[in-house]
Parts: sequence; C-alpha cells; structure tokens
Amino acid sequence: MLLKIDLSITEGEILGLLGRSGSGKSTLLRIAGGLIEPTSGQVLYRGAPLHGPAEGIAVVFQTFALYPWLTVLDNVVLGLDALGLPREEARRRAISAIDLIGLDGFQSAYPRELSGGMRQRVGFARAIVSDPTLLLMDEPFSALDVLTAETLRTDFLDLWTSHELPTKAVLLVTHNIEEAVLMCDRILVLGSNPGHIAAEIRVPLPQPRNRLDAEFHAIVDEIYAILTSRITATIDLQGQVHGGLVQLLPQASTNRLGGFIETLASPPYDGQAALAKIAAPLALEINDLFPIAEALHLLELAELKDATIKLTAAGRLFARSGTEERKRLFREHLLRFVPLVAHIRHILDERESHQAPRERFEFELQDHLNSSDTEKTLRTAIGWGRYAELFSYDDQTRTFALAPAAP
Amino acid sequence: MLLVLAIVMLVGTGARQILAPFAPAHPTPISLSPAALPLYTLRTVLRMVTAMLASLLFTFTYATLAAKSRRAEMVLIPILDALQSVPILGYLSFTVVFFVSLFPGRMLGPELAAMFAIFTSQAWNMAFSFYQSLRTIPNDLNDASRSIRSSTWQRFWNLEVPFAMPGLIWNMMMSMSGGWFFVVASEAISVGNLQIALPGVGSYVARAIEARDLAAVGWAIVAMSIAIVLYDQLIFRPLVAWADKFRSEQTAAQVVPRSWVLDLFRRSSLIGLICKPVATCWERTTRARLVLPPSPLRTRLVRAVARLTPPSRVVDAFWLGAVLVGVSYLGWLVVGFVGSSLSSHDLRVVASNGVLTLLRVIVLTALASVIWVPIGVAVGLRPRLTARVQPIAQFLAAFPANLFFPAIVFLIVRFTLAPKTWLPPLMILGTQWYILFNVIAGASAFPSDLREAAASFRVGRARWWREVMLPGIFPYYVTGAITAAGGAWNASIVAEIVSWGTTKLNAGGLGAYIAQMTEAGDYPRIALGVATMSVLVITMNRLLWRPLYLIAERRTRLD
Repeated sequence: MLLKIDLSITEGEILGLLGRSGSGKSTLLRIAGGLIEPTSGQVLYRGAPLHGPAEGIAVVFQTFALYPWLTVLDNVVLGLDALGLPREEARRRAISAIDLIGLDGFQSAYPRELSGGMRQRVGFARAIVSDPTLLLMDEPFSALDVLTAETLRTDFLDLWTSHELPTKAVLLVTHNIEEAVLMCDRILVLGSNPGHIAAEIRVPLPQPRNRLDAEFHAIVDEIYAILTSRITATIDLQGQVHGGLVQLLPQASTNRLGGFIETLASPPYDGQAALAKIAAPLALEINDLFPIAEALHLLELAELKDATIKLTAAGRLFARSGTEERKRLFREHLLRFVPLVAHIRHILDERESHQAPRERFEFELQDHLNSSDTEKTLRTAIGWGRYAELFSYDDQTRTFALAPAAP
Repeated sequence: MLLVLAIVMLVGTGARQILAPFAPAHPTPISLSPAALPLYTLRTVLRMVTAMLASLLFTFTYATLAAKSRRAEMVLIPILDALQSVPILGYLSFTVVFFVSLFPGRMLGPELAAMFAIFTSQAWNMAFSFYQSLRTIPNDLNDASRSIRSSTWQRFWNLEVPFAMPGLIWNMMMSMSGGWFFVVASEAISVGNLQIALPGVGSYVARAIEARDLAAVGWAIVAMSIAIVLYDQLIFRPLVAWADKFRSEQTAAQVVPRSWVLDLFRRSSLIGLICKPVATCWERTTRARLVLPPSPLRTRLVRAVARLTPPSRVVDAFWLGAVLVGVSYLGWLVVGFVGSSLSSHDLRVVASNGVLTLLRVIVLTALASVIWVPIGVAVGLRPRLTARVQPIAQFLAAFPANLFFPAIVFLIVRFTLAPKTWLPPLMILGTQWYILFNVIAGASAFPSDLREAAASFRVGRARWWREVMLPGIFPYYVTGAITAAGGAWNASIVAEIVSWGTTKLNAGGLGAYIAQMTEAGDYPRIALGVATMSVLVITMNRLLWRPLYLIAERRTRLD
C-alpha cells in the first residue's frame, strides 16, 4: 500500500528509507530492484524504464537469503550466474569479493556453520561480486545483535568512504533511526496507511560520524519528533471518523505497557523522557517503542509531544497501584478511549446470550481496513479486553462472551 | 571399486534379460530352487530402481508445472489427489492388458506393467511433496535468486530442487516401502486367460504357493530381507546422509545422519577421480543459462501473455469450463462402457462388500493403534531403545507383507480356522508398523521440559496419557494411521482372498470382489469395484483423516 511516492537516488549517496513496519519501505525497495512490478507508476533506471531485475542492481536481504546447501564460495559465485562467465573467472572474482568483505578463510564453510554476522557478510559479498552500480539493502543489520551490527556498519562505511566498492549509490531500508543517521546522506521518513513520504532530511555530517555529537543528536531528535507528530495526528484523525470505531490499534501487549510505565515513572525519568533517551537503555527499536508510546497516548496514560513522552496523572497512578487497581484503571480508560472495545462490550451487554461471533466485528472493520490490519487490531483489542476482564474470547469457536469462560 | 564393478555388471545382466522375447503361449517357467533366487531378487530390485527413476522424472515435470502455472494447478492437483486414493492393485489388470497390447510378444509389456504399478505407488506421493516444497520456498530465497537474475533452468537446479530435496528423499523412502509390496504382487498376475509370471521374487512365491512349498517361501523371505537391507544401506542411507546439507534450517542438527557408503565415496580418492568428470559435467549442465537470445518479437510475446495471465476471471471461467467438458466426456465414456453390462444387483453386491471391507479397515486400524501406541510411547521415551527398535520398525514397514501371507495361510488351512476372522488381519500385517514408528518418532520428539513439568507436578497416570502424552504424539499418530489405513485398503485385494495349492480361502469383502473379477477378466465389474473402493477411501480421507489432521495441526501449536 504505497501512495504518491516520488523519489530519486543519485550518484555518490546513501539514501535511507526510514519507517515503521507496515510503512511499505521493503515494498518500495523491491520495486526499485525490479522484484515487484508497481501497479501504477514506473521506475527509471539510467533513464530507461525498469522491467524485472536488471544488471547493475544488487540486493542485500534482511534474512541473508543464503542457500544453505552451498558453501560460502558457491553462494558468492551464484551472484555471477547471470553473467555467464567462465568457471575460473567467476571463481577469481568471487574470491576477491570474499577477501574484500573480510571472509577470508571461510570459503568452504556452509552458512549454518557461520554466525549471523558472517552470514550477512556472505550476503554482502554475493551482492557486490557482480560490481553493481546500485546496492539495495533491506534492513541488512536488523537480524544481528547490537555489537555485530555495529561492526558490520562501520566495515561497510569504511569500504564505501574509501571508494573500494564499484557501487555508485546505496538505498538503505531501515527502522533504526540512529542507523539511518549514522549511515545515510539523505533520509526519507515514510508514514503508513497508505505509505507515503512524510519528510526528507539531509544529514550533512562528515563520515565517520560520532553518535555522541550534539548535531547527531539533534537530527535523531528531529526524526523522533516527526514520527511522534504523525502518531498523534493519526490518533486525532481516526478518533473523528466513523465514531472512532475504525481505529488501527497498535500491537502492544499489556505486559509491555505496564513495564514501560513502571520504567518511565521511576528515576532517572520520573515520569518524563525523551524517546531517544529511553529507547537506548531498554534496547527498544522503533518497531517496539512506537506501538507502546502510541498505545499509552491513545489510552491517555501518557502524552506524546515532540520527541518526549510524559505520564499523565492516570499513568502515574497506574505505576503506583497493585494488580486489581491497575485492571480497574485500564478498564475505565479502555472503555473511554478505545471505541472498538467499548463497542464489543456494548454488543455483549445488549445481547441476551451475552455472546457475539468474531465475524460480526471483522465485517465492521473490514469496510475500512484491510484484512491483516483487521486481524492485528482485533488481536490487540482481545488482548486488552481480556486483561481488563471486559470480555472473554474463545478461539476455537471464535466467539466473544461476557462471562469469563469456564476453566 | 569392486562394489561399483559388481553393480555395473549386475545391472547389465538384468537389463539384457528384460529385453528377452516374450511368448505368451509358454509362460517362463519359474524355478523353485533357492539357487535361482538371487537372480530373481536382482530382477525385482531392478524393476524398483527403474520405476523410481521414472517417478523422479514425473515428479520434476508434473509438480513443477503445477507449482508454476496457476491454471495447470487447478487441474493437476485434484487429479493427483484422486489418483492417490485409487487402489493400485485394482487397476493392475487394465495396465497389464494395455502394456501387453502395446508390445505384443515381448517381455517388455508385462515388465512395464509391473514397473508402472510400482511407479503409481511412488509418483503421486513424490510429486505432492515436491509441489509442496516449491510452494513453500521462502520469499527471500526466491527474491535473491531473481535479483541475481538466475534463469529458470538455473533456478530449478540451484534453488528449487535442493530446497525440496530432504522432503523428496524422505517421501521416496516411504513410498519405496509400498513399492516392494506392489512389485511382489504385480509380478505374477493372471487377467482372464492371460497368465503372466515375470521372473522375480513375487513369481517365485506364487509358484511356491501353487506347489505348497513352505521352505521356498522361507527362502524368498530371506532373499527379500537381504535385498531390502542392501537397498537401504547402499542407496537410501547415503542419500539421506547426503541430503542433510539441503536442510534449510540454518542451525546444526543434533543427530547428523551418517552412512558408511557415503563416507567411502567421499574419502576414497579413486572414486573421487572417477566421479570428477561426472560432477563437472553435471555442474556445467545445471549452471548453463539455457535462455533464448533476446529478440524484440519474443519480448512483445511475453508482454502479451503477461497481460493475459493476471487473474482474469473470464479466462479462468473459460479454462474451468473446458476442463469440465473434458471430464464429463470421459465420465460419459466410462459410464457407457461399464453401465451397459451392469445391473442394480451388482451395485448392491459391491456396496455390501464395500461396507464389510470398510468396517474391517476401521476395526483393524483401531486394534493396531491400541496395541502399538503404548508400545511406541514406551520405546520412544527411551532413547537407547529407540535407536535399536526404530530401524527394525522401518524395516518391517518396508518388508512386503504379502511374502508372509503363505505362511499364515498355511496355518489357517492346517488348523481349519474360519477365514472370515483370520484372513482380514493380513490386511494390516504390513502397514501396522507405520503406526509404530510414527508414534516412536513422536514420543522421542516430545519436548523433555514438558515431560519434566508433568513429572514434577506428579500428574496421575490416566491424566498423563490423556493430557500430556497423547496430545503430544497426536500429529505423528495421525500420519501413521493414515498410511496404515491407506495401505490396508490396498492390501485387502490380496489379503481377502488367498490360496494354498488348490485350496482357496475367501473372506468376502471388496478386495476379494476385485481380485475375483480380475481373475475372471470381467472389466466392467473390476472398474465398478475399483471406483467404489476409491470413493470409500476418498470419503474416509475427507470425513475422518483430514479433520483429524487439521485438529492436530491447530491444537499443538503455541503461536
């Protein structure tokens, strides 16, 4: 689901596509790589329309996408398959790519013998072995642990800045704000539903960049501010149409909400924190952080403003309370601020059997949301409703009921 | 080295004999001397190998077509589904007559018919497995292959075949077990006045039954056992060990399958030297691009086809309509052929026989479950015992149970037992082992922390079975029971009616009906019997096994 996207990538730059999951950034990358044909619009590559994967464009995948039955060397040689080179020539080029990427000595290993970092190096080697002009990277570091990801990032940036790669331009898809600021020359922030470009940010800092620089921080905060303003705007907007019923609920479990509130209420935050500050020690990426923040804002347990999050009076009370009191508080806020949950409860109250099939609500939602968003929204509503003891749900029969199901 | 030479020589001898002229008037005499057995066994094994290669070829083409083209899929997969449910021994008579008429006067006809029987017992399973694998290739691997612009041919060998390999080999091994059964049953067959006895273990046993020679039956069992063990050690063990590298989970497995033959092949430099040219040649073939040079005409053609292919309902409807017309025409032809010589009396006979066999299959499967599930669990929870019992169970499942029939029939005749009670158990004799080894597999895969949790909460015995172990092994049990019941249907054709010398024992039932009609060469009634059995099998699959399978899948997942 992408709408009115217009972007161009030029020689010598790393362009970042930043957004939460569901913003269509991976789809955009696959369109750029010719892996998906856009339903409308077109891709121009070197001035000509692109149909299908083309020579000179290579992709690095989030899941590495290595062939488990091939050795490191064979995996890299595979990247040259389309060129139809003689065997020896292909081998020679593969080995030099392997050397360049720091995989020396691993040629005969199978992917399953390697650590995640080494696997992704193979992914990089396979991509650059064909000397691509444009390198497309689909969250290449997100499946790696923090330390490994950092090493791979700096290694890649070293190769890039020293011009050892034949590559002219890079398109990096990521949901990690700091990674985007660290690596990119230009960042496009994508908004969701439907996917669109929400902002374009230039990063004029010279490489290598320092995460502790004030300027670095300023850019990170700016991006947080853009993303939070989008969240609050969306919540306001959704509250106004269709009686608020058609609201995409964020995927945040009550455990996470509780844990986040407790952390935020305790020192050093004391109820208020910059998102960038609280994300780092909790190791929360925006795909985890923003649903929590969004849920808290929606339930008015906290308030999102600019790049900071601040507990409301109710949020502070929640942090201080015991289980039963928390449930009561959560129940009240749920009924007041989440029209869908209130609606389910209302229907159950009204019906004589105090039961309602799931389809009923699915139909209502599907008029305005696609099926996967409907599924997600209902899952969240069920999780929250169960915690608040507003209703129970039986997945075997797919029905909601008022009385808690018999054990 | 000697091994390789021996294999080559044996294959050569066997192949030459298959091409020997065949004179239907003088059926080849089958010798009952144990000395003739090794050669007979070799012939039987060769049939197996040939049929397996044919199945592989079929799998690669049929399943690929079904997975790549949505419209082909709409037709091919239902066909496969239906074919899987037709009892193989039932239509043997048709295929024998067909192949004999194709090559009159030559041994090749009946040979092909026998191979075709084995082929049908493997090909459907294998094709299904391959098709499923093709459908489940991770998106990223597919995208990677497309982004490095592999050609269709390259992708097939680089990605699709390797990805499907573990499942395919496992399925080949499983269907191989059935294959032995059918090769034995199909070697000696008489359709009407056409009597065929292909030199092989099956004919040897058939001859032994005629001559009431129990010792010869014993020899055949010994020869078959050796053949199966060798087959397993020389072909499947190495294949499984080799295919281990195609597993797509990227973590190292706990138990790595090993094979001494494969080790020999990998370590011996001489064998390496011999295989090198073959390997190079293979690599050249699979890495060749095999694409036509681009031309403006072709590009335009591809675009035009692409414009047509998007899920356009009109084209779909048209296609489905054409298929329906074709199917109804065929159906009309069959009804015309069968209907003219059948009366409502036949229908009633077949229906009552069908119900009888259905009841037998259900009772026998239940009985086998009651016996083997507790034993399987007991074995599966003891890893050392499992290591010893599992190969035996697999061997027993692979062993063609019809070789044992004469021994048991001999006992029945000797003690004049009632055939109606004592013959039906033969149906499940060969297939009950599937329940055993699947349950063993399930019990040994049962997470040990769940077991420890049950132990630490001191869960009572009855509750332990009901709520801990049985749900845990349920999916495995269902798999085993499906195979066992399916096999029992097939076996009914040879188990419900048996003979010992001139004595004939008949237990009634649909299997006996089909067997009798085959002997009489009464084609309309064979067709009726086979059709009825297929309908019963399909109904049982739809109404019993599939729902059970879905429950098993849904209830045992955590996410």
